[in-house]
Amino acid sequence: MTMTISRATALIAEDEPLLAQALRAELASAWSQLEVLATVGDGASAVTQALALRPDVLFFDIRMPGQSGLEAAAELADEWPHDQPFPALVFVTAYDQYAVQAFETQAVDYVLKPVQPARLRKTIAKVQDALAKRAQGASDIEATLGQLRNLLGQVAEPAPGTAQGPLKMLQVSVGTSIRMVPVEDVVYFEAADKYVRVLTAGHEYLIRTPLKELLPQLDAQRFWQVHRGTVVRADGIDSVTRDEAGKLHLVLRGRAEKLAVSRLYAHLFKAM
Amino acid sequence: MRIDWIGKVQHLLQVLAFCLVVASIQYAFQPDRPYAPTTVYSLFIGLYTWAVIDLGRHLLPSSRETGWPQGVAGAGIVVAGILVGWFMGNASADRLCSLYGLYSGPPPDPVADRRNSILITILAGVTASYYFYAQNRGAYLERKMAEAHQHANEARLKLLETQLEPHMLFNTLANLRALIGVDPPRAQGMLDHMIAYLRATLDASRAATHTLKAEFDRLRDYLELMTVRMGPRLAYELRLPPELANHPVPALLLQPLVENSIQHGLEPKVEGGRITVSARREGEQLVLEVTDTGAGPKGDAASAKGFGMRQVRERLDTLHGDGASFDFAAAPGGGARTLLRLPF
Repeated sequence: MTMTISRATALIAEDEPLLAQALRAELASAWSQLEVLATVGDGASAVTQALALRPDVLFFDIRMPGQSGLEAAAELADEWPHDQPFPALVFVTAYDQYAVQAFETQAVDYVLKPVQPARLRKTIAKVQDALAKRAQGASDIEATLGQLRNLLGQVAEPAPGTAQGPLKMLQVSVGTSIRMVPVEDVVYFEAADKYVRVLTAGHEYLIRTPLKELLPQLDAQRFWQVHRGTVVRADGIDSVTRDEAGKLHLVLRGRAEKLAVSRLYAHLFKAM
Repeated sequence: MRIDWIGKVQHLLQVLAFCLVVASIQYAFQPDRPYAPTTVYSLFIGLYTWAVIDLGRHLLPSSRETGWPQGVAGAGIVVAGILVGWFMGNASADRLCSLYGLYSGPPPDPVADRRNSILITILAGVTASYYFYAQNRGAYLERKMAEAHQHANEARLKLLETQLEPHMLFNTLANLRALIGVDPPRAQGMLDHMIAYLRATLDASRAATHTLKAEFDRLRDYLELMTVRMGPRLAYELRLPPELANHPVPALLLQPLVENSIQHGLEPKVEGGRITVSARREGEQLVLEVTDTGAGPKGDAASAKGFGMRQVRERLDTLHGDGASFDFAAAPGGGARTLLRLPF
């Protein structure tokens, strides 16, 4: 027996007002029992509104000001309460070269803009199916996390100059001089607005290269991304602890502070 | 310094042919004098004059436009060439003629002969120099025209790329599709702007320049499309004083700058912002300004190294050299500002 869930709530995140309105109208005619709780225009609001309203379905545009739809979804997955089923996720995109390719193989669905009613109905059927499964108790946040990880990895732009192999030295401007900091001395990198904080055992520096550009230049075996804004040197990690809420924290060698691990990257830390 | 030696040989051959013509004309006026010595003198004077001017000019700082030394130096080298040509040419020819017995004794009127010879040398030297100067200049102007056309075509190609970029194209179409349902008259208006915007790349005249009015009209089409898409997140203002409407500018010069303001300034910013494009005259300069209140330049303000920016810079450089300037910096109230100065 296939159980269909027809009553559901949704959140739309789309920065172009007419397109948000159009999607709302298309959804109203194709899925009359779906209640759109809110429409937001940027990634950060999508996260806060989703957490506040707890919708069953999310329609996220990929390109939005500030945070992209993918990043917003990843952050949301991280913040989402553990005891609640994660919403069904549908990405809406005009066409993103990498993304569409990636979506083809993913269970997370996507709709291309301009949204065609026939295609939208297929998506709705898929979403209803997923909601039905969820109602039977099969929460699949791990699957969603895995898919998001893949998508984020594939959409990431290749950085220039990666052909020369991993970065060995950081050139950090300190006052009027440039300090040479060996990458292997870095305990972790942390994104801070337009800059990146570089933390070694005894020092802290600031560089202008955004984390997104820096990451592909680092040796992926040694430097692990553990959070949207944190990249840590794997052999600088002393231990990993889990708090009451189930969140992972890293204790470092040479630095007192603890680093939070995003759910998206929690799979990196499993006992052998 | 790079010298085009094939060009030099061509010049030499042209000079020698010219000398033969001069000798023939001289012979035509004085048929009583033997042809051979006249030819030898003519060739030698020409040879020295050519060597001094055509090779010597590379030792002086020369103008980018013509390859000739500028100002007094340009005239000076011609005078020097003629002087050296006359003295050295005569001396060499004297020796050669007496060596081979071509010398037919002193002329009947040495003073008149000397005067004629000086006059002919000056006349021929100036004529030939002017000829080469004009030729260089013509080639330069032609090259410049070709470059201007090439840049205009590149600008069109760049625009075409933007138009066909999937995000731009499909989002615009999606908006149009939405408008057709809810507001048909506005959909028609949007479609009209889209048609004009698309046509800009298919401009039949393919001219390298168009009027400021045409330039601003293209910007308006683009910004209107973006206004429909971005809604209240985009406000724009185009300020073109009527007296500048017909002033020519390189076609689609400002388009990449406005696109940058949208893409890197307003799109990343949640609350959006405002774009102002203005043209004004300041003395002998035309000042074009694109300002936005967006996210502002990333990192180093001086690193305006995107393709669009580079192309605008190159175009200004080819057309006006040091006469034009390009300045991209953070705007005083946040956002970015690009200032172009062109000779009026």
